[in-house]
Amino acid sequence: MSGPQSRLDRREFVKSVTGVLTGVLVASMPFVSLLPSRAWAVDLSGLNDAEGAALAAMIKTLAPHDGLDDAAYAMVVGAIDRGAATPAAVADLKAGIASLGDGFALASEATRVERLKAIESTAFFQGTRVTTLLVLYNNPFAFAHFGYEGEAFSKGGYLARGFNDLRWLPEVPLAASGPMPF
Amino acid sequence: MPRYALDDDSVAVIIGSGAGGGTMAHELTRRGLKVVLLEAGRRESPASFSQNIGEAFSQLTWLEPRSQSGTWDAAHTSPNMPAWHCRTVGGTTVHWTAATPRLQEYEIRARSTYGDVAGTSLVDWPMEYAELKRWYFAAERRMGVTRRHGMPGMPASNNFKVLYAGARKVGYKRVHTNYLAINTKARDDRGGCIQQGFCAQGCKTAAKWSTLYTEIPRAEATGRLDLRTGCFATRIEHGADGRANAVVYRDDKGQEQRQRARIVCLAGNAIESARLLLLSASGRFPNGLANGSDQVGRNYCHHLTSFVWGIFDQPVYSWRGTTLAGVVEDENVHDPRRGFVGGYHLELVALDLPSWPLASLPYGWGRDYASIIDNYRNVAGILINGEDMARADNRITLSSTVKDSSGLPSAHIHCDTHPNDIAMRDHARQQGRRIYESVGAKRVVISEGSTATHQMGTARMSVDPSTGVTNPHGRAHEVPNLFLSDGSVLPTPGAANPTLTIVSLALRQAEHIAKELAAGRV
Repeated sequence: MSGPQSRLDRREFVKSVTGVLTGVLVASMPFVSLLPSRAWAVDLSGLNDAEGAALAAMIKTLAPHDGLDDAAYAMVVGAIDRGAATPAAVADLKAGIASLGDGFALASEATRVERLKAIESTAFFQGTRVTTLLVLYNNPFAFAHFGYEGEAFSKGGYLARGFNDLRWLPEVPLAASGPMPF
Repeated sequence: MPRYALDDDSVAVIIGSGAGGGTMAHELTRRGLKVVLLEAGRRESPASFSQNIGEAFSQLTWLEPRSQSGTWDAAHTSPNMPAWHCRTVGGTTVHWTAATPRLQEYEIRARSTYGDVAGTSLVDWPMEYAELKRWYFAAERRMGVTRRHGMPGMPASNNFKVLYAGARKVGYKRVHTNYLAINTKARDDRGGCIQQGFCAQGCKTAAKWSTLYTEIPRAEATGRLDLRTGCFATRIEHGADGRANAVVYRDDKGQEQRQRARIVCLAGNAIESARLLLLSASGRFPNGLANGSDQVGRNYCHHLTSFVWGIFDQPVYSWRGTTLAGVVEDENVHDPRRGFVGGYHLELVALDLPSWPLASLPYGWGRDYASIIDNYRNVAGILINGEDMARADNRITLSSTVKDSSGLPSAHIHCDTHPNDIAMRDHARQQGRRIYESVGAKRVVISEGSTATHQMGTARMSVDPSTGVTNPHGRAHEVPNLFLSDGSVLPTPGAANPTLTIVSLALRQAEHIAKELAAGRV
């Protein structure tokens, strides 16, 4: 079935929005100038605003990278929210966030670390940590922030783009390596 | 491509299209045999390979669940995926990083060299080193290995510059950009390496050797190869005479099929080949097909591994370029003064940003942990690859808790780390640290072993049928027309990445099969 009517059947439209995370992109991202607006929002389908903010603060405490755009952390929250696919999973997630304690999002880093240590052995903590590893470092914000250049084939690899441009150590003798192929 | 009838009992059936199976397919078809090649995965290509890490992983990896146990690191670092190999045409040669060292002579005489080490099942290989070396030459020329037979070495990357400087400074002498089955220039109808760094996601220039775009197309060109993809072998059947006579498989539509066979070559990798033999138990072979010795699945080895990351004050950009283009060979010797038997390689390694924290950093979180990742640009990497001790109870069995998507018991991997493994690994980690600290690393981060990427030993060769599964040509002692053509036949693992040895033994086995067929002895 095709046409505008079918678009209303897509799952994103059927699930109601229960909360939202919002932010503004840092101006230094190279692709930002291409966007109509720097404001962003991540809709949540299981968590409310406060829970979303607490979870974002937890992820930021697990992986505090100063200067990494909040949008990257919001992507992790979005992935966790979407991953709670059943009412039971949503309830578990809400209980986990509740275990962070009151005012988690606004607490100092030292306090947030102490509260996380207290729940470190829980499935909620460990699951959140793994999802953070899976999502936080695999998006355009992270690539730009950490300097990873990503996909290489379309650019001809690194043969002429710096695969051997390091100069703070001596060049390797040919006997231990080999000639450039051109 | 021919389509042989299911009741054609003159065909050779090969199970698995990787380093062993793909090579056998070409070798047998070019010698005139009709071959049915069963591959559980799909056929990809350099055009369809993805440099999106998650996509590539899903596309190429054996994703069926397994269970595992034991004291090995993977039990807590990678419990849900204890082994990482492929399910695709070309097998793990699509994903491998193409390191092709030779086993050393002392390594194939592990028992004589190391002595009677308690808690191990060390043996000597049932062949002379000169024999193995002859086939190493054949495989190296076939695959196109750098630094061998006049092929130039790979140029030095930034990551290698750091390894080279540090390794030389601590006194190592045999440090170079590695023996790699990767074209540095276009050769053999394939492209040259453009230093992409996505070796493990499938080489998009086909510079890296893989049976997918070498052996298999050449087998097809003979007009005698019937490649059936999406076909998962579930049982090898035999007749009252004890000879294999058919392979039962689930085809790409989920239907069970039975292909008659004149010869069966099993090359599903050491885990799945052992599993299939166990699944093929019968009245005559109650412990698994060809398993009167009880050695099927036993003596599983995977090499002891660990990552050592050196963090510097200046950029390295280690992801730029061929992943494993560097090695320190000096520790690949037997020198018990170090506190262990056997030896190890220190190999250059790099990882993409998404994989790096997930797959290669130790457990951690918080500000100090994040500061490691903040240094991603400035990181250089070593992967330790050492000889783990063969142990009779490190083994593949049929899982009592996990089934695969066809409802059959998955493989269960049990692996207990041996004290020799720990002593070797600690030494290797210390040496890796020294290498990076000698050239100014501000921090060194070391991981535990993770998912096993080399699978060996589960149908070991022997002269005596009571101590091994296969004879010195990989032929099952008890089933005269059944051959094991993958890493399962290695009696001990040495420290060498196994693919070169697998291809060499497959070339040798194919010649042997041809001679035996001509003499009426198969």
